[in-house]
Amino acid sequence: MALLEVHDLVVEFPTRRGVLTAVDEISLHIDEGEVLGVVGESGAGKSMTGNAIIGLLEPPGRIARGEILLDGRRIDNLPYDQMRTIRGKEIGAIFQDPLTSLNPLYTVGEQLVETIQTHTDMTPTQARARALELLIEVGIPAPERRVDQYPHQFSGGMRQRVVIALALCVNPRLIVADEPTTALDVSIQAQIIALLKRLCSEHGTAVMLVTHDMGVIAETADRVAVMYAGRIAEVGPVKQVVKRARHPYTHGLMGSIPVIGHDADRLTQIEGAMPRLTDIPTGCAFNPRCPQATDRCLRDRPEPMPTEDGQVACWLFEKEAAHV
Amino acid sequence: MAMAEQTTPKPVQAPKGGAAAGGAMARFFDGDVWHSFKNSPITVVAAVVTVTIFLAALFAPIVSPHDPYDLMLLDVMDSFMPPVWEADGDPRFLIGTDDQGRDMLSTIIYGSRASLFIGFASVLLSIVLGVGLGLVSGFRGGMVDAFIMRVAEIQLSFPTILIALLINGVLRGVFPVEQQADVAYAVLILSIGVSGWVQYARTVRGSTMVERSKEYVQAAHVIGIHPTLIALRHILPNVMGPVLVIATIHLAVAVISEATLSFLGVGVPPTEPSLGTLIRIGNDFLFSGEWWIAIFPGAALAILVLAVNLLGDWLRDALNPKLR
Amino acid sequence: MSEVMRTEASLSDTTMLEVSNLKRYFDVSRPFLNRVLEGAPRQILKAVNGIDFKIKKGETFSLVGESGCGKSTVARLIVGLYAPTEGKIEFEGRNIGGLSRREMAPLRRRLQMIFQDPYASLNPRWRVRDIIAEPLRAFDLESDEVGIERRVGELLSFVKLTPADGEKFPHEFSGGQRQRISIARALASQPDFLVCDEPTSALDVSVQAQILNLMKDLQREFELTYLFISHNLAVVYHISDRVGVMYLGQLAEVAPATTLFRDPRHPYTRMLLDTIPDLDMTGRQRMPVAGEVPNPITPPSGCSFHPRCPFATDRCKSEAPLPRDLGSEVFVACHGVEENRIPRGPVIDAPPALR
Repeated sequence: MALLEVHDLVVEFPTRRGVLTAVDEISLHIDEGEVLGVVGESGAGKSMTGNAIIGLLEPPGRIARGEILLDGRRIDNLPYDQMRTIRGKEIGAIFQDPLTSLNPLYTVGEQLVETIQTHTDMTPTQARARALELLIEVGIPAPERRVDQYPHQFSGGMRQRVVIALALCVNPRLIVADEPTTALDVSIQAQIIALLKRLCSEHGTAVMLVTHDMGVIAETADRVAVMYAGRIAEVGPVKQVVKRARHPYTHGLMGSIPVIGHDADRLTQIEGAMPRLTDIPTGCAFNPRCPQATDRCLRDRPEPMPTEDGQVACWLFEKEAAHV
Repeated sequence: MAMAEQTTPKPVQAPKGGAAAGGAMARFFDGDVWHSFKNSPITVVAAVVTVTIFLAALFAPIVSPHDPYDLMLLDVMDSFMPPVWEADGDPRFLIGTDDQGRDMLSTIIYGSRASLFIGFASVLLSIVLGVGLGLVSGFRGGMVDAFIMRVAEIQLSFPTILIALLINGVLRGVFPVEQQADVAYAVLILSIGVSGWVQYARTVRGSTMVERSKEYVQAAHVIGIHPTLIALRHILPNVMGPVLVIATIHLAVAVISEATLSFLGVGVPPTEPSLGTLIRIGNDFLFSGEWWIAIFPGAALAILVLAVNLLGDWLRDALNPKLR
Repeated sequence: MSEVMRTEASLSDTTMLEVSNLKRYFDVSRPFLNRVLEGAPRQILKAVNGIDFKIKKGETFSLVGESGCGKSTVARLIVGLYAPTEGKIEFEGRNIGGLSRREMAPLRRRLQMIFQDPYASLNPRWRVRDIIAEPLRAFDLESDEVGIERRVGELLSFVKLTPADGEKFPHEFSGGQRQRISIARALASQPDFLVCDEPTSALDVSVQAQILNLMKDLQREFELTYLFISHNLAVVYHISDRVGVMYLGQLAEVAPATTLFRDPRHPYTRMLLDTIPDLDMTGRQRMPVAGEVPNPITPPSGCSFHPRCPFATDRCKSEAPLPRDLGSEVFVACHGVEENRIPRGPVIDAPPALR
């Protein structure tokens, strides 16, 4: 059974101009020890999906329909306190900006110890020892000295390591990482990705990696879900999605990324932009930008259809799906 | 709209505030500020009260039952009349008369007119001084900034009313006694206006320093626009938001300052009384039974200041997206 | 195809812009009172610390590097937003570094800039038509309002927007559209030279592709010369003819784009190339680069890259290397390359102590 299952999740934002649907009936699952990449451009609803899973949707955002199951147990309708325990114990979270995830008024050690003691019954001495262990594990040099320093004394990359240490405090089974490398320099990005990958394979932690960066996905994820305008366009093994994308959006997206060694004078370009939540087209949301759109795409919304190794929500693959 | 613009090109050199204002009006009624106004009953009440008082003051000669300035119409026989509901009440004078036989209601309406005029004028003076100095301070930086801000800090370390009294005293000393009644308004406006610029200057300086480093300002530099024009055309419109909020609350403060100065006897002369002057006059009779002479102007002042303050508080919250 | 393009571009040998020994220091000390009371030392940030490069007419020269390497400062020095602390910036042979606003005026028309953040680079209170018309009015390029209106419409259509968009305010546009408006404003004065400071780094990839394509089209149509600033190596590879790699205010390597990416010589360049994610899914793992960029206020002695460099020797720790001409337009500042002790090849190993 999958560790995390999401069924027909709908996230809505009531505004005075009507209810906006940021995430529209998406379903996905993550197995134990698996890294699922959730990729999409800004406004695709990828972060919203991540926040819904960890129970940190910013009000007035709310889960309108659907279920989120962790180990077969529903977690989307839990009261705040119970969800908080789950967030500490079973789901860890890593955000884009490490500075906002750390309290500037407490030392790194104090924050680690507090988190450890909240979720275990370790003594302060044990908790501190565990904190040091974690700092070593995430590759912070001179941890005995660094543990008593404040977040502002750390560089961006080192802060993100501390945030990862915080997320790992109590050996969670799932980590939701929302753009964990976006704020970092390229050379530091690679360090953080390598660290995340190593820790997850060592601990068997599943990861939901939310990012806009196909490069990060390509070398980290096992499977990828591509999101567009609040829907999943395509899900599949990373190699298949990156190299042989099915959905016209994924296809265009991959072509629009410049690659070193590929000498193309012009990049493939998808015309237009992702629709705003206030005016999502009827039918397939991608139809105004799709070079292969038919009348049917303007009319009927495609649901994700099974393929041999994943799913794709596009009418072009209806026949193929019927054979699976 | 675009067509009309094309056929009748405007002979303007630079974009004017007016061009932006048309769109701004439409956006205002469609926007969040109007929405939050409609949904705050207290604010609506405050606005109605404020507008009523403003209109009454503006059209004082029309709405007042009597003209308290016309000495010919005054009759000593009418003095010290209590409100109509008291035993000796006269139906001509709804809330009684003062020691000279002036109708209280009319003196209050004319008094509000004087108070509001001085209030508005001194706020305007403060804005011109404060915004100007703040803009220069934030835009130029360096020694100019240091000098202006030190002056501001020194002024801030004294109570505002003390500064106003000081300026008032100096200005009065400049003019001969016989002219003092004529220049009373100007002296009041100067002393209240000059004592209130600091808050504008500090706020505008802060926003200016933020705006100054933004790329649209750099773009104007790259085009070679003169720094003074950059400050006026680009930065000034973008730092005026908070000024509006301060000005609203400052109006209440200025009216109070005026009342305080007039109460202390250094404000407007008793022949053309403001609310503060009325309270001072009434104060002499408060314990001899003629309570209405002090209480009604006092209540009018309190209601006016409260209503304006409530409006200011709401405006501050409505314009600050973080509080919403 | 693009090989042809690149050669065509390098056919022109007229130098448009030449920068020599350019330096820009910033005083980042605490305020005077704090220095006196707390004994805090005066601190100088050497954002740009002696760089030399030439940009030929019609080419795209890119500066690439991590945050804090000084690449954006170079951009701002060239358009005159900062005055150089030392060194020369020659535009068609004339030194423009530190010119007064008045002296710079005739050159500004020809030297424009595109900014990084499309949400900050347009005045939120101005209509788009006024934003684009600002250079036209400032340089007095049109005789009357009718001319301005016609020209603004034309500029909007150059960047694939419609003249009717001029009536709107910036907030009504998406990030990509705003960047187009920014480009239209930069093109308004018919410049020859555009400084592009990370013009696509705030955009989504599909929008980035649109903007990069547009920039290439405009370059061809208006014979523009670009100085392109970016931290994204793949974008730099795609758009550039020649590339300079910056590290802590200095140029580590300058080379034609194809050469730089095929045969990187400086250990830092090679390290950067190793961090590029592999979208070809060849199974290559990207090498995590050891260490982090040091604080530029207290840069390391000698070669500023030596603490992260696996080939560093005692000489590297004490003596700063100067750029050396290796032929074929390749310049590298590295003792190791000079001493021929850096192996050539794609992947280098980080020293174990720093991993």
